[in-house]
Amino acid sequence: MSTAIEKHDIHSQRTTIRRHGFMTRVTHWTWAFALFFLLLSGLQIFNAHPSLYIGEQSGFAFDNSVLSIRTVRGTDGNAEGLTTLFGRSIDTTGFLGVSGPQDSRVYQAFPGWLTVPSYHDLATGRVVHFFFAWLFAATFISWVAASLLNGHLRRDILPTLSDIRGLPGSFFEHLRFRFHHDRSYNGLQKISYAIVLLVLFPLMILTGLAMSPGMNAAMPWLTEVFGGRQTARTIHFVTMLLLVGFFAIHIFMVFAAGPLNEMRSMVTGRYRIDPEPAEGGAER
Amino acid sequence: MSRIIINRRRLLTVAGVAASTLPLAGCDALDGMLSSGATARDVMAKANGLTYRVQRFLIGADSLAKEFSESEIRQGQRPNGSTDPTDATYIALRDGGFAGYRLDVGGFVDRPLRLSLDELRNMPSRTQITRHDCVEGWSCIVKWTGVPLSAVLDEAGVKSEARYVLFRCFDTMNLGLSGEVAYYESIDMLDARHPQTILAYGLNGEPLPVANGAPLRLRVERQLGYKMAKYVRSIELVSDLAPYGQGKGGFWEDLGYDWYAGI
Repeated sequence: MSTAIEKHDIHSQRTTIRRHGFMTRVTHWTWAFALFFLLLSGLQIFNAHPSLYIGEQSGFAFDNSVLSIRTVRGTDGNAEGLTTLFGRSIDTTGFLGVSGPQDSRVYQAFPGWLTVPSYHDLATGRVVHFFFAWLFAATFISWVAASLLNGHLRRDILPTLSDIRGLPGSFFEHLRFRFHHDRSYNGLQKISYAIVLLVLFPLMILTGLAMSPGMNAAMPWLTEVFGGRQTARTIHFVTMLLLVGFFAIHIFMVFAAGPLNEMRSMVTGRYRIDPEPAEGGAER
Repeated sequence: MSRIIINRRRLLTVAGVAASTLPLAGCDALDGMLSSGATARDVMAKANGLTYRVQRFLIGADSLAKEFSESEIRQGQRPNGSTDPTDATYIALRDGGFAGYRLDVGGFVDRPLRLSLDELRNMPSRTQITRHDCVEGWSCIVKWTGVPLSAVLDEAGVKSEARYVLFRCFDTMNLGLSGEVAYYESIDMLDARHPQTILAYGLNGEPLPVANGAPLRLRVERQLGYKMAKYVRSIELVSDLAPYGQGKGGFWEDLGYDWYAGI
């Protein structure tokens, strides 16, 4: 009982604010849902031709490959997964190229647990991918419009000069797992969200469109900007890797900074911030 | 000091919890929803209708697919799908150098046609260096020569009932239990009348090789490769795609691929 009272006392000193607006929360979860399916259906599509190239076309009579994931016959006669990046090959048997249990091996680039459907089905992968691509893009356009109108972009996302100056400090504080629960995002958060929302998301949509033969007729410059269709496909893939990297750090940070408070702020919008200056100062 | 130690311990806990969320993707759980005929799949497939309408609106009837220069041809066209049809009629035609080949044009036309390869070659021709984009993801730039489909359609005279052009092919694909199924494809009149839509008989300045669809294959440059039927046997102008194959308008469409392949 006494602990409960103590907790209550601590809580009463802390302030709860309305951190995330309705639009932020709705777009966040729509993106999370759409990106989950886009990733897994995207890897299904990649598996249909698991090689990436630079330029307009895929070299079959010449070599412009930057990444390929193949299944090859090893020296012992068994199938091996061979991943080649910039001409350097790595044995990735068990994960890439060859996966699944010993007695029921699957010979595809990405394993079934990373694709929808789990079995090889390009047609369905495309159906899923383009459905969620529309959802993703529509959400993005709504978010941009709302964030420009309500000031979210300028107020919360675009880093200020002092945010940028404070970056090294903010970075080392994150490294030492010292988190401040403030009213607004810190510099490192702003920079990461700005990169994801204003660079990676549009890049994903545009490189996707650049691969479409229909869009290519409508706006040939789009494919040219990215250096050709196959380069656009490679950038689409690399952007996926960057988003997966962001996701890993993002989830890690949610757990590190207090999962309940962070989660609540993205569900109900309410966020508990640290007591202001007096105690906060002691922690610095 | 103690704070740092606690933080390190916390780090390990956090890392463990975070890592445990990674294998979220137990994706065979979703397979049932995505199998052919499942409601969720049908709903998602409707997005292709949206893509079709939006692209038709954005692209415009006559905007051209990008054409490349001779210097950008660095290889032949990669053969895939059927590369050597085993149909007896086809083999006989192939062995006779396609001298006996006739392209049948029928359906909703004023004058059904039977055109030899020489007759097709004597019609207006168009040569274009374009990028072939396969649904699998790869691309090849090669030079195609052929007769614009619109020229053939004009010669036959298209009736107003016609909404699609259906292409029947010599090649069959083995579908296991369902046996052999002949390849077929269809496009709408807008793509059929597009200046770059040709019936190609030449590739990189040579007669079209068997592996690439000899004697005649379709080019629909603003869509993906599977729309571009090889080994074209006959053309039929139709008002509805439902009576043909499984009713989806093409061999791959019947297997779940989208009819509109502009993306």
